[in-house]
Amino acid sequence: MKHVAMTLAAAAALAATPALADKKDGTVRFAYDQVLENIDPFFNNVRLGVMMTQHVWDTLIYRDPVTNEYKPYLATAWKWLDDRTLELELRQGIKFHNGEEFDADDVVYTLNYVSDPANKATAQQNISWIEKAEKVEKFKVRIRARRNFPAAIEYLASAIPIHPNEYYAKAGPKGMNEKPVGSGPFKVTEHVVGKIIRLERNADYWKGSPKSVPNVARVEIRMIPDRQTQVAEMLSGGLDLIMNVPVEQAQQLKAAPHLSVTSGGTMRIVFVLFNAGENAPNPALKDVRVRRAIAHAIDKETMAKQLVGEGVRVINSICFPAQFGCTDEGVPRYAYDPAKAKALLAEAGFANGIDLEFFGYRERQQTEAMVNYLRAVGVRANLKFMQYAAMRDQHRGNKVPASHQTWGSFNIMDTSASTSAYFKGIDDDMIKDPEIVALLQKGDTTVDPAVRKDAYKKALTLISERAYAVPLYALTTYYVLNKDLDFKAHADEMPRFWEMKWK
Amino acid sequence: MLTYALKRLGLALLVALLVSAAAFLLLRLSGDPALAIAGEGAREEDIAMVRRTYGLDRPLVVQYLEWLARTLAGDLGQSLYFKTDVAALVADKLPTTFQIGGLAILFALALSIPLGVLAAVHAGTWVDRLALTVAVAGQALPNFFFALVLIMVFSIWLRWLPVSGSGSWAHFVMPTIALGYYVTPPLMRLVRAGMIEVLASDYIRTARAKGLSTTSVVFKHGLRNALIPVVALTAVQLGFLLGGSIVIETIFALDGLGYLAYQSITHKDFPVTQAVLLLLSVVYVLLTLAADLFNALLDPRMRLAR
Repeated sequence: MKHVAMTLAAAAALAATPALADKKDGTVRFAYDQVLENIDPFFNNVRLGVMMTQHVWDTLIYRDPVTNEYKPYLATAWKWLDDRTLELELRQGIKFHNGEEFDADDVVYTLNYVSDPANKATAQQNISWIEKAEKVEKFKVRIRARRNFPAAIEYLASAIPIHPNEYYAKAGPKGMNEKPVGSGPFKVTEHVVGKIIRLERNADYWKGSPKSVPNVARVEIRMIPDRQTQVAEMLSGGLDLIMNVPVEQAQQLKAAPHLSVTSGGTMRIVFVLFNAGENAPNPALKDVRVRRAIAHAIDKETMAKQLVGEGVRVINSICFPAQFGCTDEGVPRYAYDPAKAKALLAEAGFANGIDLEFFGYRERQQTEAMVNYLRAVGVRANLKFMQYAAMRDQHRGNKVPASHQTWGSFNIMDTSASTSAYFKGIDDDMIKDPEIVALLQKGDTTVDPAVRKDAYKKALTLISERAYAVPLYALTTYYVLNKDLDFKAHADEMPRFWEMKWK
Repeated sequence: MLTYALKRLGLALLVALLVSAAAFLLLRLSGDPALAIAGEGAREEDIAMVRRTYGLDRPLVVQYLEWLARTLAGDLGQSLYFKTDVAALVADKLPTTFQIGGLAILFALALSIPLGVLAAVHAGTWVDRLALTVAVAGQALPNFFFALVLIMVFSIWLRWLPVSGSGSWAHFVMPTIALGYYVTPPLMRLVRAGMIEVLASDYIRTARAKGLSTTSVVFKHGLRNALIPVVALTAVQLGFLLGGSIVIETIFALDGLGYLAYQSITHKDFPVTQAVLLLLSVVYVLLTLAADLFNALLDPRMRLAR
């Protein structure tokens, strides 16, 4: 397939003629490779769903994508009444796309509906913390969490939009999918599942919103599952923007005169995870020196530069740097040093090396690079490449000694969504180090930000000291766009159509 | 003839049943659907809830029998991913696929019959070899690759045709060619072989001896007889086409059954995969059955063969 890509790209360089941009009616044409099963943000688990949340709906709180500061949005102010109760003042004068007025009833209905397990919301990871929401006044609500949950603010900002209660009560998730109604900067004019979503600028979008009234009049989002087809559409002028373009293809598309290529960060971190638990499937990994040897064996700087590309961010702790609580200050680092790796292995009694099954599930060339680095120091890594669900199954079945993992934190800017997923003693944590579990527990459930930060820092330091994982880098994504489109990539892998304009 | 027809029908039903059972089993062997449905990083309790909700915690045989009973009663169940009726979902996508399948088979016939006849009439000459080259190329090129070559030439270089989608007739040109070309070689070879055999037979010699024109000999007397096996093969190839449309629909972003199958496989949406497989196998079985019966009708010797 790669060769085909190259052929196509070469064809572009040779034959490209200026694209016919659809500028007269201001439509931006975008393609995505995954089908959104239901556009209702609570009933899908797809990245495009996260994008739709931010375009069609408003959330209670806004997180500035540059400073990561929380700002008023549908809520004008909020405060914790106790460790589990958050009180929010709501904005007045907001109207949904169908004319319904926004008030406390919308918040209460939406949150209570989606957090009720009987309604089978898909995005449980975003809402299962909600116990209930109550109306205090017409423009004041209280949200009660099931447990101490300081990250609630982040979830309210990134993953929990508010539906109009009267419409939602009538239409339900099914009706919301067919005819979505929100209060955001775009209205949905057409949604054919698996085919197309058409958005139109919400000209009445409220002034003063942290998101602006869109410049482009319309957005057309087509589902095109095949990457080569997306590229061909870009080359022939049938699309204005695609994302997640593989690095080598992006480099070649730069040659097409009507296209430009830009890269942006993603929150997806890449790391090697060890199983060093009591019943570790490979007992050699119980020795910290072996784990440190592996950490020294991998040249992540070179991998980042060669295999990930422009804008890559090397990480030194097992979280995304912009997440609340994430830090690499004072966290031990392992520089690339094959000689030291060999020495550490010898010191641990493995002068002749060890055999190791090494698992991976995506970005295979990166997994293969790691395997080669390991072999170079005498760790005879044997690659096992499989689907994500299968690998997770094996991992939880205590059969994976070491693996190439990636984690996107569901775009939640809080360390409770990253480090804790792997080291808090639950599900994917096969090590269950009690000290680290306790620290993460504290970080995840304490309301005081300073205490949280301190707990996460200590946990991250211990994880690195004990070399339970080797943090590598955060992935980047390449966007290919019509060069007349004014577009800015953000660190969270989300194109913002309300910011775009035609040059 | 009736006994023969009933026998074939019984056999066809058995095949459909076996396919459905094999598909059910293979889908489950390919991984726990609950894990896939629960998504990345799902908690154990979420996965357990999914298992309970969808009845995945029951024995496989029970799940299969229940599915079979419901299917026979006309209820294909709910899509796990799209959360809608499977029957409605499939019915919605069916026309697109049948449209491309029909167009592709017409294209294949329009290409293979003249080529096959030409090759047979000029057997052993450069015309034959050229026709053979065309056929071999069709067989050797994977259809996804051929599709991309078409896109490159007609959409990027020449800009005559849209790359993907299904908005107009122009959108169907490349999928038809890509899919149709794929089944051209076997059809063409059969036409050629049949024609060579027929043209060497006694009655053709007689026809020639009577002084009939070449056109009349080749088309009226020859082709008619050579086409009988082609009818059977066309039916079988149409079944192949429906399978091949998974790739072609995915490449051209056509919202048909093949694309639905692709999505349902990636999302482990097994009620949908199961329904699509059942439908494809039933269509395949029915086409084969129709071909058998048609052949038997034309050639009484076939009825006695078993």
